[in-house]
Amino acid sequence: MTESSGTSPDTPPEPTSTAATEPVAAADDSAAPEPAATAASTAVTRRLGRRRGERGPGLSARRRRRSSALVLMFGLLATGVLWTVLAPGGNAAQQTDDNAAVRQGRALYQQGCSTCHGLGAGGTTTGPSLIGVGAAAVDFQVSTGRMPLAAPAAQADRKPTLYSRTQIDQLAAYIDSLGGGPEVPKVTDAALDDADLSHGGELYRANCAQCHQAVAQGAPLTYGKFAPSLSESTPTQIVEAMRTGPESMPVFGDRQINEEDAVAVAAYIRHLNDSKSPGGYSLGKYGPVPEGLLGLLVGVGGLLAVCLWIGARQKV
Amino acid sequence: MTTASPPEFVKRPGPVRKANRAIDDRFGTQAGLRRNLNKVFPDHWSFMIGEIALYSFVVLLLTGIYLTLFFDPSNTEIIYNGSYVPLKGVEMSRAYASTLDISFDTRAGLVFRQIHHWAALVFVGSIVVHLLRVFFTGAYRKPREVNWLIGVGLLILAILEGFAGYSLPDDLLSGTGLRIAASIAQSIPIIGTWASFMLFNGEFPGENFLPRLYVIHILLVPGVLLALIGAHMGILWHQKHTDFPGPGKTEDNVVGHRVFPVFAVKSGGFFMMVFAMLALLGGLAQINPIWMFGPYDPSKVSSASQPDWYIGFLDGSTRLMPPWEFRGLGHTVPAVFWPTAVLPGILFTLLAIYPFLEARFTGDTKSYNLLQRPREAPTRTALGAMSISFYLVLWISGGNDVIAKTFSISLNAMTWAGRIGLIIVPPIAYAVTKKLCLHLQEKDHEVAHHGIETGIIRQLPSGEFVEDHRPKPEPTPDHPLVPTDRYALPSANGHGDGDGKGLARRAGKAVSGFFVEEKEH
Repeated sequence: MTESSGTSPDTPPEPTSTAATEPVAAADDSAAPEPAATAASTAVTRRLGRRRGERGPGLSARRRRRSSALVLMFGLLATGVLWTVLAPGGNAAQQTDDNAAVRQGRALYQQGCSTCHGLGAGGTTTGPSLIGVGAAAVDFQVSTGRMPLAAPAAQADRKPTLYSRTQIDQLAAYIDSLGGGPEVPKVTDAALDDADLSHGGELYRANCAQCHQAVAQGAPLTYGKFAPSLSESTPTQIVEAMRTGPESMPVFGDRQINEEDAVAVAAYIRHLNDSKSPGGYSLGKYGPVPEGLLGLLVGVGGLLAVCLWIGARQKV
Repeated sequence: MTTASPPEFVKRPGPVRKANRAIDDRFGTQAGLRRNLNKVFPDHWSFMIGEIALYSFVVLLLTGIYLTLFFDPSNTEIIYNGSYVPLKGVEMSRAYASTLDISFDTRAGLVFRQIHHWAALVFVGSIVVHLLRVFFTGAYRKPREVNWLIGVGLLILAILEGFAGYSLPDDLLSGTGLRIAASIAQSIPIIGTWASFMLFNGEFPGENFLPRLYVIHILLVPGVLLALIGAHMGILWHQKHTDFPGPGKTEDNVVGHRVFPVFAVKSGGFFMMVFAMLALLGGLAQINPIWMFGPYDPSKVSSASQPDWYIGFLDGSTRLMPPWEFRGLGHTVPAVFWPTAVLPGILFTLLAIYPFLEARFTGDTKSYNLLQRPREAPTRTALGAMSISFYLVLWISGGNDVIAKTFSISLNAMTWAGRIGLIIVPPIAYAVTKKLCLHLQEKDHEVAHHGIETGIIRQLPSGEFVEDHRPKPEPTPDHPLVPTDRYALPSANGHGDGDGKGLARRAGKAVSGFFVEEKEH
């Protein structure tokens, strides 16, 4: 919605026309704004008609024509502006590039995703519907390599991504064009550097540590599901996960954790990942389990070896 | 210096000798000193395991004293303003803030903290290994049952001491552990609520629990530990150390080295090695990074929260316990009561009374100074293996979430494997170990009576094939000299100073001279 606010009023009809030239599946969904637009303009003409009828034949035809043209212009303009401001989804005012992106994304989708999510992204028995999940969900799932799924399992795990940055954006544009959802958040380095680390840490411990572990190393949930380690997650992916709630994760919406706080949490996780361990080797940051293992194997085990060594030198 | 040289050379007594003589003149210590420094200790590597525990305890005391200088055991909430940026402005207790200060602002504070923590892990670990050595060799048999009891007491106290130390910094892990401890206290039927109130002086977490815990951690338990260690070693000194059977070794003698110089030097060196190992761990491997866990807040908890390893088996038993809650007779007994209060009670009681149980069931009331090899007591060894496997299943289950995550196994599968394993693995371990012991005995018997197989097959004139056996060689004695505890001193009879070269040899002669020259005069 915010992206389209700067466009001129004569652009609204365009996407609908391009959408109309698109094959059936996409047209079904992106045609939705068009009836709204036509309905609005017909309402205007009806009102004009009524007005013309009330004023009667006393005015000159020329003046009538001029004023009605003005009114029509104004009406069209107002419709355009109102539509631009109020239209749902914001996909109706896309540039030609975006439409190309949607087309490309659609092709990529058909090839790589439609087997499970269905040709119209409406979901099948093996994959959920993607209508309304938004660009953020696509960007998160594909850029972390979770989608396309390697194999059916309790949960998708992070793996090297199969798509380029451009392709991910195209896929995201296509899914976004099917209807709304969270946008890809823009997390800049400057915002991360300015973020309040200690506040982010408090939010992290209050909201995230229960599943992702205090040092963001992840932990298992039930039946093979797990809260993944965040050590490879980028700040953008972290905010996307909060907004879209992938897998077993709950959604942390704008009203629970606002933009600034979300960036602060991402900054804190970045700190956990990037900061050096002041105490030496970090042992996977898992706390007492690896510590106990090292203490017993190397500490006690090493000293037993010393015992053997000293004991072997006793034959006098 | 300028006096005329006497007709014959008289060695002037050195300063050490002078001091020794001066003390002896006043307190009459020489006889006792000589007797005790001449005490003989047997040499076997496995007899040094207890020393690991002793020396880690010394390291714990040394590092602990340093930490007490900077730690502030207070529940008072403050706003942190130290040098660790990601916690600036966060509300926390003074205990946690001062631990952060020790870690980041005190000179060598972090390395002392880490050595202290590693030493605690190694301390309890070496106690357990020492216990296993004593158990599997039958060293606890009469007359040493009391020392066994003291040892079990030391183990329990060491675990409590470790838990108290783990709980003091008031970080997220500490507080979670204490929350569980409070729940365990509350789960005890009838007195539970009052027990928890007494422990925490009211509702958890209470206002002044940390100062109390601090007194327990730095004064009460270490004091009792120190006293019990003294008793443990005093009894050992008095009863003399056990030894494995061997040439010249009987129930009535001790073969080995005197306390001074060999045993003392060996032990001193070993102390240095223990200290070095702990310093190495403390300097290279990060332990308990409390700054990453954050301050404790009862509303927060981290997944994969674990206790230190020695509490892990109780965490495991809690994880395996089905949610069986008993309600009736006006009381509720929660499921957590059985794995965390009843189970350790039974385990430690069985451990403590095992020597008496064994004596009772075997009818063996004799005294023993010679040890047994594990195979010579198959039932005991099998019971030990059974107990170890039981403990290991619980212990592994204590970290089942970390293991499940690391190896991508379902946590539910881990839990069920633990539940089933706890029931079927120990009997299997018992049966297999017993069988193994009996077979090893048979093997020993065969070697003793028929000799060792050579692999050489000969055909007799009658056509029969036989394999040659060579007789088992006589075991070589550890000490070629008189195998009693009254054999002559090394430098007095000209033996024993052949080891080492140069400086080491001269140093060895010098220290042994300290004792023998009195006699030569």
